[in-house]
Amino acid sequence: MGAELTDKILDKKIVQRVAKLSSLAVKEDELAIYAADLGGIINWMEQLNGVDITDVQPMVGTEIAQLRLREDVVTDGDCKEDVLSNAPERIADFYAVPKVVE
Amino acid sequence: MSYMIEGSTGAWEVVIGLEVHAQVISKAKLFSGASAHFGADPNTHVSLVDAAFPGMLPVLNRECVDQAIRTGLGLNAKINLMSRFDRKNYFYADLPQGYQISQFEFPIVGEGSIEIELEDGSVKNIGITRLHLEQDAGKSIHDLTPKDTVVDLNRSGVALMEIVSEPDMRSPEEAGAYLRKIRAIVRYLGTCDGNMEEGSMRADVNVSVRKPGEDYRTRCELKNINSIRYVMQAIEIEAKRHIEIYENGGEVDQETRLFDVARGETRTMRSKENAHDYRYFPDPDLLPLIVEQSHVDHLKSTLAELPDDKRNRFQSEYGLPRYDANVLVAEQDVANFFEKVAKNRDGRMASNWVTGELFAVLNKQGLTIHESPISADALGSLLDLIADNTINGKIAKEVFEDMVETGDMPGDIVERKGLKQVTDTGAIEKVIAEILAANPDKIAQYKSGKDKLFGFFVGQVMKEMQGKANPAIVNDLLKKQLS
Repeated sequence: MGAELTDKILDKKIVQRVAKLSSLAVKEDELAIYAADLGGIINWMEQLNGVDITDVQPMVGTEIAQLRLREDVVTDGDCKEDVLSNAPERIADFYAVPKVVE
Repeated sequence: MSYMIEGSTGAWEVVIGLEVHAQVISKAKLFSGASAHFGADPNTHVSLVDAAFPGMLPVLNRECVDQAIRTGLGLNAKINLMSRFDRKNYFYADLPQGYQISQFEFPIVGEGSIEIELEDGSVKNIGITRLHLEQDAGKSIHDLTPKDTVVDLNRSGVALMEIVSEPDMRSPEEAGAYLRKIRAIVRYLGTCDGNMEEGSMRADVNVSVRKPGEDYRTRCELKNINSIRYVMQAIEIEAKRHIEIYENGGEVDQETRLFDVARGETRTMRSKENAHDYRYFPDPDLLPLIVEQSHVDHLKSTLAELPDDKRNRFQSEYGLPRYDANVLVAEQDVANFFEKVAKNRDGRMASNWVTGELFAVLNKQGLTIHESPISADALGSLLDLIADNTINGKIAKEVFEDMVETGDMPGDIVERKGLKQVTDTGAIEKVIAEILAANPDKIAQYKSGKDKLFGFFVGQVMKEMQGKANPAIVNDLLKKQLS
């Protein structure tokens, strides 16, 4: 990995694309604000690129432990009311969302 | 001869790769303790993990891992002792997490290969690229109300195995044979029920065409096809679409398409510009999955007999031709039925009766082997009656029909109808004498070289004796009389 720091420029087009992938409605005049905010966050994290990680194994968790496994037993579910408690709208026992047609 | 599609510029070869999504047989879901059972009331088989409530953490189901390993072993594939879960990010209403937990860079199963058998008897190896574990999404229903989409999360988080093939198939027939083989393997292993109609096995099909000897051209992906017949149809239709584009001077765009069965066409679902960008990254909630080689060995030693092994055994143990053995092992239940019938009996005869008479009845009545009107034991005792010369083969068919109708045991039917075979040479000789006396002209013709008339005499004798004479004795005696 290169250890040099580069300023990542986030343009409005990228913000628009990320918003679309996340199905977020972002107004045209907000694009520049988000571009600056997100760009700032990314550039702050870019500091990590300054660390020399040659010979360091990739790590995906902070615990030095074995992955915990569960037995194949039904121990959960049957809590429809809890599950639906966060639904913005509900029809019968379903979540209801604005019609999705892809 | 290999499958080619003739265009105006010559013959085109079709290149096919398949991604099969197979729902894992398990009691609970991949990362939660909710039931994975199909067909419950909406949103009842859902835990707060599956509904992605804040703070809920996934815990991997051990059995789902074992099922993936078993399937990998059945695909003659490398089991990766270290694998990892990644997040595949996309936004959809039936995906509450906003990502699917899948395996991208380090799948649990690596390269393998399976054999497929084609109509002309040839055998071909199809490469397996990988198998990985992933979560299923919930189910969106678009037609319940005019303005809403409603979501049922029962399926959300159920374990799937995605089995990816190499682009090794060259015809719809090969793709069909591959899918049937995958389905047989997972059914034998008990890792997926292989039921395509209910959606527990679905296929994405990658299709491209090329002139023989060329490199691969642009492929299109046909999504979510739920029957083998439709997969085969879709391939041909899509290949012809590509050929037409190329021959009119155009280029094929790489895109995701859907197959419209009713209209017999494929249509754009997502163009390249709108293609998903899944932004995969390692799931920080899960550590790498480490499997011990000793555990893999243990699973291997307790693996069910696979279709190919069973076929080889049927060939050597029962002396069956390869084709017949393949027919019997295509479905595990049929193979088990056959073995019950064949046990301590003539294997070839058992095979002929199962694949002949019994299949004819099942096909005609639209029944599965489970619903067979004749049990393996009943068919077995019919074969015993043939073997010990109580009845001959022809009468056996009559008894068989009676068994289908009445459900009676063959011995009772033979008794009731008086169908016992006549092996008394005196009785048979008497009938032969009558037949010969009534047909002096035929005897003359036979003796002057019309050999085929021998069959006529046999037929007359059998007819006179209501089919109950032992055919071998009739043949012997007739030959003596006519020489």
